Amino acid sequence: MPDRTTWWTASRRDHLVGYAFVAPQLLGSLLFVFLPLGLVLYYSLHEWNVLADTFEFVGGENYRQLLADPNVPKVLGATALFSVGLVVFNLSLAMLLAVLLNQRLRGTVVFRTLFFSPVVVSLVAWTIVWGFLLQSNGGVNALLQTVGVEGPNWLRTGTGAMVSVIGVQVFKNVGLNMVLFLAALQGVPKELYEAARMDGAGAWTRFARITLPMISPTVLLTSIITVAGSLQVFAQIAVLTQGGPGTSTTVLVYYLYQQAFQFHHFGYGATLSVLLFVIVLALTVLQWRMRRRWVFLEA
Amino acid sequence: MRRKTLLYGVLCVLCVPFVFPTWWMVTSSLKPVSDIFAFPPSLLPGRPQLEAYRQVFELQPFAQQYWNSLYIAAVVTVGTLAVSSLAGWAFARIRFRGSNALFLVILVGLLIPSEVTIVPLFRLFHSAGLTDTHWPLILIPILGAPSVLATFIMRQFFLALPKELDEAAAVDGLGRLATFWRIGLPLARPAVGAVAIFTFLHSWNLYLEPIVFLSTPERFTLPQALTQFVDAYGGPMWNVQLAAASLTALPVLVVFVVAQKQFVEGLAHTGLKG
Repeated sequence: MPDRTTWWTASRRDHLVGYAFVAPQLLGSLLFVFLPLGLVLYYSLHEWNVLADTFEFVGGENYRQLLADPNVPKVLGATALFSVGLVVFNLSLAMLLAVLLNQRLRGTVVFRTLFFSPVVVSLVAWTIVWGFLLQSNGGVNALLQTVGVEGPNWLRTGTGAMVSVIGVQVFKNVGLNMVLFLAALQGVPKELYEAARMDGAGAWTRFARITLPMISPTVLLTSIITVAGSLQVFAQIAVLTQGGPGTSTTVLVYYLYQQAFQFHHFGYGATLSVLLFVIVLALTVLQWRMRRRWVFLEA
Repeated sequence: MRRKTLLYGVLCVLCVPFVFPTWWMVTSSLKPVSDIFAFPPSLLPGRPQLEAYRQVFELQPFAQQYWNSLYIAAVVTVGTLAVSSLAGWAFARIRFRGSNALFLVILVGLLIPSEVTIVPLFRLFHSAGLTDTHWPLILIPILGAPSVLATFIMRQFFLALPKELDEAAAVDGLGRLATFWRIGLPLARPAVGAVAIFTFLHSWNLYLEPIVFLSTPERFTLPQALTQFVDAYGGPMWNVQLAAASLTALPVLVVFVVAQKQFVEGLAHTGLKG
């Protein structure tokens, strides 16, 4: 069949093989990412009652509720506080640890292993241990007491609870960013430091003028990942504080979960999901556009 | 010399919040309940006992829950590797129409975490009659947003392989699939290792999805099971919780300590590098 041989060219076969290879990922994304994203918008205009199995169109009712809900400003405030606290604490601690581990000390690998180890500890197990340590008569306060400090009842005060959930999350995951920073630090050419030292630049100047600009692509990447991750935090809050005391640690994902799966307000839950998506999208675009301003080298 | 001592001192102090919790978890789980909040705290259990560990298995179908977590994480890891290495290979090494556009479309998934779509996902699985089964915990990570990052990592790795590989494979008469399976995949061992480790941990840590989808204790996964050890008043049974937490955390920690080089360097050198 001559027709078939001309039609069945190598490049055509490549197209087909290519589509076949990406098909599972593509169909999966359509079914489990894009379809639900569309549905989330659609559901936000409806009210679904699971028990009575009714599903009815309510127009902008859920969005009116969103604007009138006195909890929403508090929830957004807690979310912002949590995210900012987490990103600042996480990135600065990761940088500090990476710089310390980059000093070519003997035994660095041991310390790197120790700092990284919470990453592999089950998240809920880690949170439970911290919940235990943060009891008013728990390990943290016992430790503080031995150095003569009277610790607060961490999980029962608004500020204490917020500090706790941020700290627990940072100590769990800071090892990841530390490792990425460390890899970036090791990629900075040593000659730059030599030259700067000859010009009389001090340690801080060398860090601010050489190290930071040279590793800025990594800083951008890790901050995008960390910001996005901070908006998804759920397990720590569900286990440690249940959003309390009051609403002081009720971040958006937790509020969404409460509305949809504890109070069965699925339509309103979908509306809160839309809000979460808009926030994630806006922050990512914002960070990406800012990259020209402060990223020195495009990787 | 003084600088060195100072550095070691700072590192040791900084280690405390990373190491102390794990230490405290294990030692407290071996203490009798009455000693758990004793002051001053003792770093070692005076009279170590395994009572709490016995209760872990008595109060919950813990062995079953352990198996659930283990097999789900294993299936998710293998499935994600299959999906992401195939897609990553095609996006990196096969020229087909629309590949760049399709890649961008898939990458958008990174911006849509499953927290955003959990409500419709619940309804989809609910209408398929698959709530209170393990299907959502398996299908969503393998095919949904979490595998997109894996595909990205695999693509970055395959892009770095020399172009001549395909030509040599073609000369040897290998087809596309054989080239991928016999040459691409074996070469990608570092990327495969990193993706496997982080996929496994992601599944092992999953919490929102299990508590949304599962309602029968026999089907629970570990993170969900850990929070179930409460007394009649809903207060946590600390020593039992800590024993269960130790059982959950220690095996993975041991694997990590043995293979820490692969864990840490695999991550640092795999596409995620800036």
